[in-house]
Amino acid sequence: MLQFMLLFSRQGKLRLQKWYVAHPDKQKKKITRELITTILARKPKMCSFLEWKDLKIVYKRYASLYFCCAIDQDDNELLTLEIIHRYVELLDKYFGSVCELDIIFNFEKAYFILDELLLGGEIQETSKKNVLKAIAAQDLLQEEETPQGFFEDHGLG
Amino acid sequence: MPAVRGDGMRGLAVFISDIRNCKSKEAEIKRINKELANIRSKFRGDRTLDGYQKKKYVCKLLFIFLLGHDIDFGHMEAVNLLSSNKYSEKQIGYLFISVLISANNELMKLIIQSIKNDLSSRNPIHVNLALQCIANIGSREMAETFGSEIPKLLVSGETIDVVKQSAALCLLRLFRTLPDIIPSGEWTSRIVHLLNDQHLGVVTAAVNLIDALVKKNSDEYKGCISLAVSRLSRIVTASYTDLQDYTYYFVPAPWLSMKLLRLLQNYPPPEDPGVRGRLTECLETILNKAQEPPKSKKVQHSNAKNAVLFEAISLIIHMDSEPNLLVRGCNQLGQFLQHRETNLRYLALESMCLLATSEFSHEAVKKHQETVVTALKTERDVSVRQRAVDLLYAMCDKTNAEEIVGEMLNYLETADYSIREEMVMKVAILAEKYASDYTWYVDVILNLIRIAGDYVSDEVWYRVIQIVINREDVQGYAAKTVFEALQAPACHENMVKVAAYILGEFGNLIAGDQRSSPFVQFNLLHSKYHLCAAQTRALLLTTYVKFINLFPEIRADIQNILKSDSNIRSSEVELQQRSMEYLQLSQIASTDVLDPAAVSGAALHPARQ
Repeated sequence: MLQFMLLFSRQGKLRLQKWYVAHPDKQKKKITRELITTILARKPKMCSFLEWKDLKIVYKRYASLYFCCAIDQDDNELLTLEIIHRYVELLDKYFGSVCELDIIFNFEKAYFILDELLLGGEIQETSKKNVLKAIAAQDLLQEEETPQGFFEDHGLG
Repeated sequence: MPAVRGDGMRGLAVFISDIRNCKSKEAEIKRINKELANIRSKFRGDRTLDGYQKKKYVCKLLFIFLLGHDIDFGHMEAVNLLSSNKYSEKQIGYLFISVLISANNELMKLIIQSIKNDLSSRNPIHVNLALQCIANIGSREMAETFGSEIPKLLVSGETIDVVKQSAALCLLRLFRTLPDIIPSGEWTSRIVHLLNDQHLGVVTAAVNLIDALVKKNSDEYKGCISLAVSRLSRIVTASYTDLQDYTYYFVPAPWLSMKLLRLLQNYPPPEDPGVRGRLTECLETILNKAQEPPKSKKVQHSNAKNAVLFEAISLIIHMDSEPNLLVRGCNQLGQFLQHRETNLRYLALESMCLLATSEFSHEAVKKHQETVVTALKTERDVSVRQRAVDLLYAMCDKTNAEEIVGEMLNYLETADYSIREEMVMKVAILAEKYASDYTWYVDVILNLIRIAGDYVSDEVWYRVIQIVINREDVQGYAAKTVFEALQAPACHENMVKVAAYILGEFGNLIAGDQRSSPFVQFNLLHSKYHLCAAQTRALLLTTYVKFINLFPEIRADIQNILKSDSNIRSSEVELQQRSMEYLQLSQIASTDVLDPAAVSGAALHPARQ
């Protein structure tokens, strides 16, 4: 299973962190810091996999963001790379040519989409169409709700 | 595409912009504290906040937390959001809780109540939210509360597919926390039969659950074997239009295929000849497809295809029963060893390690020795070189040990520090295991000490001494070789220790030659004395007292050293004691006292030297 997934920029800023195993906050921060440093130190043509502590790490860079997963020793590395790719495809379809800013300003959406793809550290739905359908259904529910504070926010409250 | 917030939380977007525009860490902290104060006052304020505002503030708190700052309030408001009937508010509430609430939070009871409500909702989207939350937190309390309800949801005919998928993985999560929640018996066949479900998404989710259950109790779930094989067979023979949404870049259901192959690795080869035949066919088909021209140039296609291939080879290795398949698997991996893509070379090296341990394919693996050695020398990525080392270790046997150990020693000269210790162990083990000529073994260990002395653990050099002591045929050679090694300008301390011990025992074997006369040996050793740590000096002193026995002619020189202030009055108690006692011994002069057996036998283990 996936133990965690991190998205971070080339400057080491964490944009998303999803943990599938429980760790105290302090430990999460330590793991994150150390792993980000390790990955950022790697050169472009190097392998996408590495052994780190007792975990296997699979990572790939898409534009300015690194997508990094930690998996168990007996998990399949190549398909983990494709989980990452699938996630990127979903974000891309949803936001329309996704960029880092989309994930920064709509971080909660990034988590919602991820939760439709992965659950409990395992891939839940491998059909792109079905995941997008689920997200669209959620969005439809949202649009039906009158945004009450909307007017206040725009100074018309 | 510019960041647009369709759901209107403009205040959040403004806040995020403010943070991004902060020029320094201090400015960021200041802005955050300002916002935290604002939110605190709103939460404590007289006016009760409406759902929208609560959602907005809880979301802001979440953002602040994810930036790395601690949040110590807002949990109650997040829990309140759960009972909203507005989906977007519920969703934010659940997200906050999944990220921020630990299992022993006092609000857990309220959360569980909300989850219960959503779990029994008519709206499957709400049910899924609840299932996701349970899977995200997965605490013991949740397992106890929901452990009996989720299986029912999973196997009920009324549950829609999308909910079934989430239920399967949610149950898996709870099972990992509390394995007892799925008792054997009543649920077994119904869970196993999920493998036959029409909806491939359900099957994909369910196979994860089944795999975990099988690992706990393989007998109970044996029924899954034939179902898994037939499902796999149907997928592998499907054309790429058959599975529609579940085809990934022209590869039919790669995740499901991989999981089924993985599931089968929990069992020995199927007993039923029909099932076994079908499985062998599947594996052959997968191997065949690997040789066909690719349907797409995209790396996603090759990754998915190869992922299934590697998993199939893993299963072949695990079954270890079809020599034909093993050899084909080995050849396929051999092709990958020289592939353009680093990832494939890495995985091929890793998989071949497993093949090397099977007697059917060990010989086939050895054919690739040269390629692996080349990889060791030329791969740019240290993690790939490491896999090459692992493979050389695995493929080593009597016929190629000398070559392989030689290559590893070469590599060690320039290897990364992070891998040296492991390499030293591997070389030492191989050298001992496959030595037919023990002079070779002695050379290898001494080379190890010379090249990577810092990483040679005590066990390694104790071992070489033990072997030398027990093998008369190699004692003279060992004495000569350590003597020569000592003459190198920069001599590692571990080398001094080994040399001291060996010369102390067997220095007489080379004392006849003028170049290694007793006095020369003694001087050579003593020239290193003051450069060594106390423990080594103690060992040297013991060697000196052995020399007194072996070479009475240099007794006076040795006694002078023992008498010297730096030893007799050494601040190291051990050194003081030894100098004193050895000096006394030497002055008693009886040959019985200094009998080699008495001195060495009393402290035969090198550690006690």
